[in-house]
Amino acid sequence: MNATVSPLDEVKSTPWSGGKSPFAAEYGKLMMWFFLLSDAFTFSGFLIYYGAVRFSQASWPNPDVVFQSVPGFADHGYPLVFVGLMTFVLIMSSVTMVLAVEAGHRNAKAEVAKWMILTIVGGLVFLSCQALEWTHLHHEGAWWGSNPFLNADGTMGTNQFTDLFFTITGFHGFHVFSGVIINLVILLNVLAGTYEKRGHYLMVEKVGLYWHFVDLVWVFVFTFFYLV
Amino acid sequence: MYNSVKKEKMEIVLNQHTEQMTHHGEHAHHDSFWTKYVFSQDHKMIAKQFLITGIVMGVMGVMMSILFRIQLGWPDKSFPLLEALLGKWAEGGRLKPEFFLAMVTIHGTIMVFFVLTAGLSGTFSNLLIPLQLGARDMASPFMNMLSYWLFFSASVVMVFSFFIETGPASAGWTIYPPLSAVPKAMSGSGLGMTLWLVSMTLFVASTLMGGINYISTVLNLRTQGMDLWKMPLTIWAFFLTAIVGLLSFPVLVSAVVLLIFDRSFGTSFYLSDIVIGGQVLPNEGGSPILFQHLFWFLGHPEVYIIIMPALGITSEVIATNSRKPIFGYHAMVYSLLGITILSFIVWGHHMFVTGMNPFIGGVFMITTLIIAVPSAVKTFNYLATLWKGNIRFTTAMLFAVGLVSFFISGGLTGLFLGNAALDINLHDTYFVVAHFHLVMGCAAICGMFSGVYHWFPKMFGRMMDEKLGYLHFWITFICAYLVFFPMHFMGLDGIPRRYYAFTEFEFMKEWLSINVIITWAAIVGALAQVAFLWNFFYSIFCGKKSEQNPWRSNTLEWTTPVEHIHGNWPGEIPTVYRWPYDYSKPGHEDDFIPQTVPHSLTMSSNLYSDLNGNEVAEKIQADWNQQHNRTVEDFH
Repeated sequence: MNATVSPLDEVKSTPWSGGKSPFAAEYGKLMMWFFLLSDAFTFSGFLIYYGAVRFSQASWPNPDVVFQSVPGFADHGYPLVFVGLMTFVLIMSSVTMVLAVEAGHRNAKAEVAKWMILTIVGGLVFLSCQALEWTHLHHEGAWWGSNPFLNADGTMGTNQFTDLFFTITGFHGFHVFSGVIINLVILLNVLAGTYEKRGHYLMVEKVGLYWHFVDLVWVFVFTFFYLV
Repeated sequence: MYNSVKKEKMEIVLNQHTEQMTHHGEHAHHDSFWTKYVFSQDHKMIAKQFLITGIVMGVMGVMMSILFRIQLGWPDKSFPLLEALLGKWAEGGRLKPEFFLAMVTIHGTIMVFFVLTAGLSGTFSNLLIPLQLGARDMASPFMNMLSYWLFFSASVVMVFSFFIETGPASAGWTIYPPLSAVPKAMSGSGLGMTLWLVSMTLFVASTLMGGINYISTVLNLRTQGMDLWKMPLTIWAFFLTAIVGLLSFPVLVSAVVLLIFDRSFGTSFYLSDIVIGGQVLPNEGGSPILFQHLFWFLGHPEVYIIIMPALGITSEVIATNSRKPIFGYHAMVYSLLGITILSFIVWGHHMFVTGMNPFIGGVFMITTLIIAVPSAVKTFNYLATLWKGNIRFTTAMLFAVGLVSFFISGGLTGLFLGNAALDINLHDTYFVVAHFHLVMGCAAICGMFSGVYHWFPKMFGRMMDEKLGYLHFWITFICAYLVFFPMHFMGLDGIPRRYYAFTEFEFMKEWLSINVIITWAAIVGALAQVAFLWNFFYSIFCGKKSEQNPWRSNTLEWTTPVEHIHGNWPGEIPTVYRWPYDYSKPGHEDDFIPQTVPHSLTMSSNLYSDLNGNEVAEKIQADWNQQHNRTVEDFH
């Protein structure tokens, strides 16, 4: 406001009165948040469908029985050990992502690159584990449209169990896969010095949001398929 | 320490963005044909692309409706011309039942999604959000371009499905399984359905990219002074529409993904106990009802995605052409907000007859009927705005009033259908067809036409012809009522929708004469659109040159030069001082005061409530009033 403006024409300068972002957030970050919100509704659609089907059944396969193998080590006897490992790796990759974002705030290029690489490795390990688990289940006869597992009460399981398992974990896996690709692109940009020139590492923050979201979705998928 | 570093960073980022945007404005861009007209990132060009694609799709949708209306009007007659045009789809000059169903399906899909969602929101959100908010462009022009090209690809795929052996999807625009889930179910369930799904996937991606762009732009890029309560109602409508789309379309994605697995991967999400040609399918335990839940979680908000932008446009056009402030601006915003929220909790009213628990039905009935409240608020406010206004009957104004008319006559029957008990009788009859065509079809298309006539000068720098516009309006308006009003009575008599040969049933035969009238009205109404098409395309090139502010309107888009420039305003973006509805303000010599006129220039019309509670300013105003013997009836 310069001095010549009449008090009648003073424009408010509160966060919402225009001329600036009310959240002091750059547009790309907002867009990422809105995309995630929308994606959350897709996953909610799946999980609510899952809940509706499951509660309409008298019984359901017991995850402790279904998920017992540790590929390459033992076929039976270790309930939820392998998926626990996968989950741990994915959550750790979120931690490394946080560290990459933090290093970005300090404009520490080498550190950002280091943590991004670890995040990508974490994502790849998770995907590989998922591939191993799917292969194992497939060998046991489980696939879209076929369910070899008995329900907890000893009755025949319905195909919806495997249909949903492969579709929803698959859809999540697809998200992790896209995340790894996006992270790779960002890593290349970091190494090429694009963000260093730009003076900020906001892009790392944005893909970080996506990565944490994928992680958060897994927590729900994990809970609903493996724990309850 | 860390926080202050972060804050500083933030400022750098935000400044860079603004600088970049300012830079745009000053730069004379030398675009090639490809970057200017095809892969344009300029929101004004993208708006035109959306509009013209929408019009082309609209023409196809109308032609389909004429074809199936011919079948309904003269079910036993042969039209050799049809065979000449459609080949094997009309052997012997009569439409095949499969093709009839395909056309009903694609007509619905095209009109709902391609014309009234992308064509309407895509056009006017793109055009008006940056222009009315005072932004150089959308938050992300690149994603905006992507949004258009995804929409274009979706349109191509959808139209392409007419050129395959088995024909387009035929399960109705709601694609209920099992017709949509079992490729063998009918001829359209095969490749046609697959193409429908591919097209809609592209469409959802387009909507999503457009939507997050609109929302971010409204939040982040308003010009100095443009607080939320100074935004025109168009912007409020586009903003809330984008939010509804953002939260409902993704659920269609879940529904469609599960459907694709049912079609191609042997799953049983929606399928159970199906027998085709004496052969039992292996699918067990799925539920088609769950598809309907997922579908209508999008499907119902979708009708508000269609109508809300039209309501926003109407608010703007009615206020401008009544030369009066919109009646109840805040109420208009809150009613849009109410519709936005309620739109998510009413989907079950499409499913009253699925064997739903009557208690749940009751809940959905109550939420549905509550929507009548914000809708009525809007209607009454339109009428109150018109009341004692200085009305100018521009073509846009006629269509805006047309919207109000259709919104009332179509909305009233919504109260019947929203009632769970009455719906058992009316479900899937022509009563429903009449209801939704009036309330969202005709009303929304009127809003769209209104917008086209009103903002044509902004889009193309020329005016459309008023006389042709009147002709277009009156024929369209009368024919629309002639088409849809009689359908209410057919529905009350129990005539089901989507029937190909309803004369096979004795009790329906007496409606044949009505059907003939309806078909003729539809044909005349469709021909009236030629007047629009001629007017539109002729005026783009040869219309009368427009002035900068032809409607003497208050909003910001009319402060930009007639010739489009990249970045919208030469020099600085104007600051906004007042709300957009200062029409016929007492004490002011003109009957409009644009949003960019500061209060110090309008001392003779200022109210104390205009001054944001600034005590110094109020004092200055009070002194001025005293000196000029002006008394203001304004609570202080």
